[in-house]
Amino acid sequence: MNFAVIQFPGSNCDQDCVAAINGLDGLKAQYVWHKETSLNAFDAIVLPGGFAYGDYLRCGAIARFSPIMNAVISDARAGKLVLGTCNGFQVLCEAGLLPGALVRNRSLRFVCDMVTTRVEVDDSPFTHGCPKGTLLRLPVAHGEGCFFSDPKTLRDLNANEQLVLRYADDQGCIVPEANPNGSIENIAGICNRERNVFGLMPHPDRASDAELGSADGAKIFISMMETIRATRSSNAAERINQVA
Amino acid sequence: MNAKVIVMPKAAVLDPQGNAVRDAMRHLGMPEVRSVRIGKYMEIEIEGKDGELESRLHQLCRDLLSNPVIEDYELLEDESGYNQTKTQRKSL
Repeated sequence: MNFAVIQFPGSNCDQDCVAAINGLDGLKAQYVWHKETSLNAFDAIVLPGGFAYGDYLRCGAIARFSPIMNAVISDARAGKLVLGTCNGFQVLCEAGLLPGALVRNRSLRFVCDMVTTRVEVDDSPFTHGCPKGTLLRLPVAHGEGCFFSDPKTLRDLNANEQLVLRYADDQGCIVPEANPNGSIENIAGICNRERNVFGLMPHPDRASDAELGSADGAKIFISMMETIRATRSSNAAERINQVA
Repeated sequence: MNAKVIVMPKAAVLDPQGNAVRDAMRHLGMPEVRSVRIGKYMEIEIEGKDGELESRLHQLCRDLLSNPVIEDYELLEDESGYNQTKTQRKSL
C-alpha cells in the first residue's frame, strides 16, 4: 500500500513520516514534491509537519495554493484518506478541507512536549482499533496549534462526532492543565464530516517506535491501512455481487 | 493603483500577542491601556486600476491575505498618497 508524503518548501517532518510509515509492515511511503499535480498512484496522502513557506502570512496559507493541493483536494473529495499532522493540519484547515483554524498558542510559547490525547469516537478510519476513551501518548511541537472555530461549527463538530482527539491528563480526564495550547474544548484532532480527512497537531510520525518513547502514533497509520483494505474488499465483494 | 490591506483578528478570536503587549504597556507606565489587538498591514502596488481589478483584489483578500474564519480585512486604496484614501470595510 502506497502513501504519499507531500513535501512543501519548509516541510521538516517529511522524513519522520516516511520513516514511520516505511517501518510498518505492508506500508510504503514516497515523497511527492509540491509541484507535482497527480496523486493517482497513491492509496493515501500525508501532509507532514514543518513550516511550509516559512509560515509566512499564516501557517499553511501559501502552501494551500501549491499545485499538488488541487490533487489533494480532488482526491479527498473522492474519498481518499488524507492525514495532516501539525503544519499539515494547518494546511488542511486553510484549504477548507477541515473546518476551523489554528491560531497562536494561548501561552505564546512554542510547546515541545509529550502529551496524552484521548480518542473521542468509537470508530474512525484513523483510529480504528482504538475504542472511545483510548489514550494515545504523542509528542507536540508547535507555536500555533490553538484550535479555534465559531460556536456553530463547534456544535456541528460535536454533533457529527468529528472531534477525534482531545488533550487529556494521564487518567484520561479532559482538564485545562492537559491543554498545551489553549485549543477550545481541548481539541487535538478533527476529521471532516465524511471522515476521510483527519488533522491533528500532535505528531504520530514521531511516536511510531517504542524507542522514541511511544509507539501509539503507529496505530493511526495502521488504522488507515486497515480502513483502505476493508474498503477494497467490500468494493470487491460488491463487484462480485453485481456480476452474479 | 496602490492598495493597503489591513487584516485584524476577529473580536471572538483570542489575541494573546495583543494581550502581552497590553500588559507590557501597562507595566511601562500606562495603566490606562485597556486593550491591544495586533493585526497585519500590507502595502501592495498594482498596475492599472479599474473595478474588475478591485473585485479580483477583494477575492484575494478573502482567499489568501486573510482567513475569514479568524480574521477581517480592510482594503484601502489610494492613487496619490495618503490624502485620497477610500476605505472599504468588508466584515466577513
